[in-house]
Amino acid sequence: MGLIVAKNISKDYHAGEVTVRALKGVSFGIEPGSFVSFVGPSGSGKTTLLNLIGCLDKPTDGTLTVVDTNVLQLDRKQAAFFRGHHIGFIFQDFNLIPVLTVFENVEYPLLMVQNVEAGERKIRVMNLLEAVGMEKQRDKYPDQISGGQKQRVAVARALVTNPKLVLADEPTANLDHKTAHMVIELMKKMRGEFKTTFIFSTHDQKIVGEAEILYVLEDGELVNRQMKWGESHA
Amino acid sequence: MHNLFKIAIRNLMRYRRRTILTASLIAIGVIFVLVFVSASGSFKNMIIREITGSMLGDMEIHRKGYVASIDNLPLTLMMNPQQVKKAKEAIKAIPEIEAYSPRIKFGGLFSNFIETTNIRLNGVYPDMEMKTLPLLPSRIIQGEKAIKKGEIIVPELLARGMKVNVGDMVVVIATNKDGSVNGKQLKVSGILESATGPGGRDGYLHIEDAMEILRMDEQEISEIAIRIRDFDKLRSVANTLESDLSKYVNKQGKPVFEVNTWETLSPFFNIARMIDMMTLFIKIMLIAIVLISIMNVMIMAVYERIREIGTIAAIGTLPGKILSMFVIEGFCLGVLGAVVGNIFGLVIVHILDIAKITFDFSRKTGLVLSPTLQSYDILMVSGIVIIVAVLGSLQPALKASKMEPIRALRHV
Repeated sequence: MGLIVAKNISKDYHAGEVTVRALKGVSFGIEPGSFVSFVGPSGSGKTTLLNLIGCLDKPTDGTLTVVDTNVLQLDRKQAAFFRGHHIGFIFQDFNLIPVLTVFENVEYPLLMVQNVEAGERKIRVMNLLEAVGMEKQRDKYPDQISGGQKQRVAVARALVTNPKLVLADEPTANLDHKTAHMVIELMKKMRGEFKTTFIFSTHDQKIVGEAEILYVLEDGELVNRQMKWGESHA
Repeated sequence: MHNLFKIAIRNLMRYRRRTILTASLIAIGVIFVLVFVSASGSFKNMIIREITGSMLGDMEIHRKGYVASIDNLPLTLMMNPQQVKKAKEAIKAIPEIEAYSPRIKFGGLFSNFIETTNIRLNGVYPDMEMKTLPLLPSRIIQGEKAIKKGEIIVPELLARGMKVNVGDMVVVIATNKDGSVNGKQLKVSGILESATGPGGRDGYLHIEDAMEILRMDEQEISEIAIRIRDFDKLRSVANTLESDLSKYVNKQGKPVFEVNTWETLSPFFNIARMIDMMTLFIKIMLIAIVLISIMNVMIMAVYERIREIGTIAAIGTLPGKILSMFVIEGFCLGVLGAVVGNIFGLVIVHILDIAKITFDFSRKTGLVLSPTLQSYDILMVSGIVIIVAVLGSLQPALKASKMEPIRALRHV
């Protein structure tokens, strides 16, 4: 069974009396250890889909299984617990906590979500900071480092809990081209090192090619699935 | 928990100016309450000390019904020797009682051989009275600070009106309970400063002189004044004494004795209650200040950090922990305000104490205000501030904890 199995999922948003269908019967499956990208123009439903996979929202219709869990059945607290133990998040705006240092930001999920013991916390945080090349900036605050460095810290934070899945919504949107490539390379390297599944959304054509599996979304529908080694499904 | 405090303190430091302003507002409220509590408490305690230490005693035992007619000083409602003996036995059985003094109180005529006026007198055993009312000697403004047989201490206003001085001979005339009139010449040994309250304008003479004037064959007593070792135990000692004396009943099965504390005997008790009421209102104002300040700051804090809340919620922070973060932030702000307020409050109270500010109350002039703070006051005010700070931050904290991460992350 796949890490993620989505069957015919739809998502409606209501704005007053108007209902907007952001996703229209999308079905797909993602295997563990994949490096997947959802691409499509703005408003195509990429972020909505990532939010559903990340248990931040629930589909209106369809079934969605993530890490062998039917996420539709999770209540607020269970969803938070599930995210904290199985999913890492990388945000477009980095979303580091400004009052915490680089070290503390990476440490946060271990400390406040998983209650990992201090000695182990330090080892895991330092290993990841070294892996993303941020160990020398460990005592700096987010406003003292560059955008690329912030996203490296965010990658470390997403991986520190050893999640099965990392979701990155437009992780390179606020970075220059060179830094964007560095971040994607870092994510690939981390995937190789930790065997974590990475799913990212982007509309940046320059980094689209970095994904091994590409899902193309248009107007809330999955219109294409491409694999780097040539397979393509309409 | 330590980490929640660390995050809370850093968030407070992040908005330093706002934190300082809010903490200052709370601190000003705390200072105001502490200074008021200490000054009003000092005034209240001083007057109570004056009343209990120089006039009434902490409590008094009377024969049942005496207090209801106390303005007449009824000689028919006095305690007979057997009753006095029983009352003394009850007093001696209570170790918290430091001293007691039996008194014969009566009204009579006072004459300087030229003019005559009314006088209220206390016949006392001097040693026992001085032990029960240790501040009484300080009220003797002229003459000897003692009460000897054949002598009388005259209240100041009466002495002035009757042009009587220390060393003068006067006559006291009184009617006893049988209607027989008797008089005795006494030497004025002292002039007693008048004071506000019951007994504040009474003269003093030796109890044996009082018995002689009233032609008593055996000693009857109007009241027994009592001083206790620890004033804070007033209520419990009074209850014990009342309970011990309640076993003595008359032929109708009604109690022979009644025990009254200074609170029921002195009208100042009502002023003391008004002071307590004012203190309560000041505390309610403090609660309002803290509540509004903290709620305002915490609502702002939640609004400004919606995306941060979304982030920590998205990465798996449970709602309860998000709630704790904001409640602890409010708690820390309350503690900061309370600590700063307590420090400045203590300094101001100390300065007021050193300054020796004087005031007049009724006929008492030059009373020195010596405000002091009990640890109880400080703990209570700090407790109010901190509890209200936590309560004030609860609503914004609940809002933060209930925030949907997806909406919070979208917030611009």
